[in-house]
Amino acid sequence: MNIFFSLIAGLVFGFGLIISGMTNPAKVHGFLDVAGAWDPSLALVMLGGILVASIGFFFARKQSQSWLGLPLQMPSARNIDRRLVLGSLLFGIGWGLAGICPGPALVLVGAGVVKGGIFALAMLGGMVLFELVESNRKLPVASAATTNSPAK
Amino acid sequence: MTIDTMHFTPIAALIGGLLIGTAATLFMLINGRIAGISGIIGGILRPAAGDVLWRFAFVFGLMLAPVLYGTFATLPEIQVDSGYPLLIVAGLLVGIGTRYGAGCTSGHGICGISRLSPRSIVATLLFVSSGMATVFVLRHLLGVN
Repeated sequence: MNIFFSLIAGLVFGFGLIISGMTNPAKVHGFLDVAGAWDPSLALVMLGGILVASIGFFFARKQSQSWLGLPLQMPSARNIDRRLVLGSLLFGIGWGLAGICPGPALVLVGAGVVKGGIFALAMLGGMVLFELVESNRKLPVASAATTNSPAK
Repeated sequence: MTIDTMHFTPIAALIGGLLIGTAATLFMLINGRIAGISGIIGGILRPAAGDVLWRFAFVFGLMLAPVLYGTFATLPEIQVDSGYPLLIVAGLLVGIGTRYGAGCTSGHGICGISRLSPRSIVATLLFVSSGMATVFVLRHLLGVN
């Protein structure tokens, strides 16, 4: 059942991206180009999304579980660390270079846009690279934590 | 700063945004999950038992959207100005950056800000700023696009 609703959510999300114009990289560039002729559309997309989702999350928080009886997996991280800052800055540079972020990249693949496919493949490559680096550094970090713990 | 009135589409942008917000809301209420695209894709690359199929379903839904939309209406214009080398560098940066920073425009920008998460507010300010700085350098200093 949750598989079906995942598909529906992805579909509605995709329709939203298409209607909003955010699947057009040229339009995203128009928003990011504040020194040129500025197209504020993307700000209104975010405003619309946040308007609905903030009400939605407000009510979701009052529930002990989802409508399908699944746990509500709200992120719990609070700290603003180096990873968040560096990662977001890097993401912004890539976003600025192509005018494409992960959601629209997948819609472009579905629309059969070759350049979208190339971007999506490179994006997947970047994510795989991240996983490889992460799994390599997990072990030393874990052992350092265990050797430190007796001192505490 | 001049507003590009020729390309500014406030109504369509707002309606599209409301739909995206609706999708994110339903996904939390029904599936108990954050609709963060980079996180959903990233989880496929770090597979855990019983945690993979729904991710593929969401990704499939996103890719199905233009196909279904296209059968009933004309898809809005899609114009990719960047050349292949730029697209590949951009894709790599987006892939690494969204995973390292734990989110993208959907997870941080829509869902995170809606939850009033300080992390997501900072992340969104940062990626919008670095995106704008990148386009400035690209267009106005280097003259690309």
